[in-house]
Amino acid sequence: MDKKNNISNLTRRGFLKASAATGVALSAPLFFMQGAYAEGKKFRNDPGSAKTVKLGFNVPQTGAYADEGADELRAFKLAVKHLNEGGGMLDTMKPSSLKGNGILGKKVEYVTGDTQTKSDAARGSAKRMIEKDGVVMISGGSSSGVAIAVQGLCQEMGVIFMAGLTHSNDTTGKDKRRYGFRHFFNAKMTGSALGPVLKDEMGTDRKAYHLTSDYTWGWTQEESIKETTEALGWKTVKTVKTPVGAGDFSQYITPILNSGADVLILNHYGKDMINSLTQSVQFGLRDKKVNGKKFEIIVPLFSRLMAQGAGDNIKGILGTTNWNWALEDDGSKAFVKAFGKEYGNPPSQAAHTCYVQTLLYANACEMAGTFYPPEVIKALEGFKFDGMGNGPTEYRAEDHQCLKDVLVVRGKEKPKSQFDLLEIVKQVPRAEVEYKADIFKGDLGPYEVKS
Amino acid sequence: MDAIFLQVLNGLDKGGAYALIALGLTLTFGTLGIVNFAHGALFMLGAFCAVLFNKIITFSVKVKDESITFFDAYKEQPYLEIWWGDIGSTIIDYSIPLSLLFTIPVMLLIGVIMERGLIKHFYKRPHADQILVTFGLAIVIQELIRTFFGANPIPSSAPAIVSGSAAIGAWFGLNDSLVYPWWRLIYLVFSIIVIFAVFVFLKFTTFGMVVRAGMADRETVGLLGINVQKRFTIVFGLATVVAGLAGAMYAPILPPNYHMGMDFLVLSFVVVVVGGMGSLGGAVFAGFMLGMLQSFASMNEVKAIIPGIDQVIIYLVAVIILLIRPRGLMGREGVMDD
Repeated sequence: MDKKNNISNLTRRGFLKASAATGVALSAPLFFMQGAYAEGKKFRNDPGSAKTVKLGFNVPQTGAYADEGADELRAFKLAVKHLNEGGGMLDTMKPSSLKGNGILGKKVEYVTGDTQTKSDAARGSAKRMIEKDGVVMISGGSSSGVAIAVQGLCQEMGVIFMAGLTHSNDTTGKDKRRYGFRHFFNAKMTGSALGPVLKDEMGTDRKAYHLTSDYTWGWTQEESIKETTEALGWKTVKTVKTPVGAGDFSQYITPILNSGADVLILNHYGKDMINSLTQSVQFGLRDKKVNGKKFEIIVPLFSRLMAQGAGDNIKGILGTTNWNWALEDDGSKAFVKAFGKEYGNPPSQAAHTCYVQTLLYANACEMAGTFYPPEVIKALEGFKFDGMGNGPTEYRAEDHQCLKDVLVVRGKEKPKSQFDLLEIVKQVPRAEVEYKADIFKGDLGPYEVKS
Repeated sequence: MDAIFLQVLNGLDKGGAYALIALGLTLTFGTLGIVNFAHGALFMLGAFCAVLFNKIITFSVKVKDESITFFDAYKEQPYLEIWWGDIGSTIIDYSIPLSLLFTIPVMLLIGVIMERGLIKHFYKRPHADQILVTFGLAIVIQELIRTFFGANPIPSSAPAIVSGSAAIGAWFGLNDSLVYPWWRLIYLVFSIIVIFAVFVFLKFTTFGMVVRAGMADRETVGLLGINVQKRFTIVFGLATVVAGLAGAMYAPILPPNYHMGMDFLVLSFVVVVVGGMGSLGGAVFAGFMLGMLQSFASMNEVKAIIPGIDQVIIYLVAVIILLIRPRGLMGREGVMDD
């Protein structure tokens, strides 16, 4: 009986205690968050009077793009070093408010996350960096699927996202966000840049066959390239979607041999591109003659790291790239020199875009005089700059896409060095690749977000 | 006609790889009763044996790269070329076929260590435990390879003389422009030879006879005073070598990457199940059959009728076969029936 009473008393008291504890626990995060929003304009992760500010670099450290991610991470570390100590593109960027003493006088620190090239893992690590590490900005990439997912999260949480390597039209098209910015070019610009070169080199009477990676980037690239080539007068024989990571593409390549097509367009990236290109060359496509013309292979999006993987098969193949280390302008030279000195090899285009994005964010904070995101966003919107490797560049306010020159490149027949894999065929001026922002649907969303 | 001819070759080629992997898988299952989910990783290890061998013979001295002026860069010149000139270059060119000599002992050793060190403790455990531990092992192997060799595929070329395509159209009196990569033809022939050799070994040697007897009735063979266990360890090593050889020779077709084993593992399991658990002939037959089916399902004409069929055909056929013949095409009575 006593025992029963005891239990009953304990339960009631326990219940009261538990209720009180739960109340305190639940109110605690709100209490701390209020602190974070207390001074002046309220925003998430305001560094306030702290002596340091933290940036979050979310790159693929495992998975198929890990090597590309590693190069991005090297670039981020170098950017942080230059922000704190000066050097690199800080000396060439114009106009620049950066002083080499951190951002707004605060020393820059960073944390890293692993996207694993998976949208859910990338969102998870971005969320951790925002909530636990208190970062004011997230950057990184290497897959459009990942970039779009993280960009959406950053908009919801009110933290700026400076996209790394992402080439899908959707990133600054239908999925654009107020808090997301892209320095890298996109599939639409690739199409516009390649068009005239294709016309000069291959004429207007061609039959094209597409093999396309079956996800957002592949679809938009196929669409953009098809639009360009059909405008030249080319016919599209067939477009075939291939699963990402297919490995053996032979069953997709053999139907091309007798399809009547004389051009193969590989809308593949990374590992897929290395495999599909290698196998296409093995099947004799590069040496084939169809319709009285030499069979051609085009890889619209190139990178030096991929070229390294494809070995000799890349020779003579046309494509586009955002930037190449062999460029002779002051910004590129300063960056390549600093990067080479630090790591012993030149930076990739992925590294370049990540480095530039970090500096651009820091500069925008200096211009705005605050880390308050809406003001930083306004400083970036419409910002015109030069000296960062791509010539005069503008961050278009309407869709947060950087407008600049695009490089058409070709796999070099006789490389002078182990890194000298791509030759620049043409630097296509911005005016030729620019398009109206409203051709893509989507809405940037608000400056102020409740988070 | 040309298209069908090419797809037949493609199917045989793919089937060759499936059959080789499935052969080892079904051999370990039939003899040791082990469901080895690390078998795909062994295929991958084979491919990396070829990569490692290439790295060893191209061991280089670092020479300052004068063409890079921005910073101090170094390029590599293989010692073999410095010492032996053209002969050194030729050896490097033939690194894939030569790597087989390296792959066989390495894979045998890996197989024996794996069996003695880990697998033997799981003979009497339920299949679920075996799957968990071998799957875990596969992930460990995979991550080790990624740590040492990176995540990007490593291009590995076939010898220059066979890196192009063969004019098979002309051989068979078909369209002259019909070509097929030399190395894939070599792979097909190679897989047939290996399969044949394994069969001969099991069918016509005393060792093979004991193994086959052990597969049929392990207890009785043990009672006859034969150390079945020791032989089964060798069988596990043999299965590992077969998977390794399949991988090493596959390197020029698919640049080796740390994940390639997983891509093949699921398919090979389907091949084993369709062929009949523990049946060697079944695995080989099902390997070629499913390779062929997959190849034909990828033809644009077929996909126009049923879109996406190339992605599901193997699993679809597997379901149908298992519904009609639950033991698989050549499955023996009593294997996995309980």
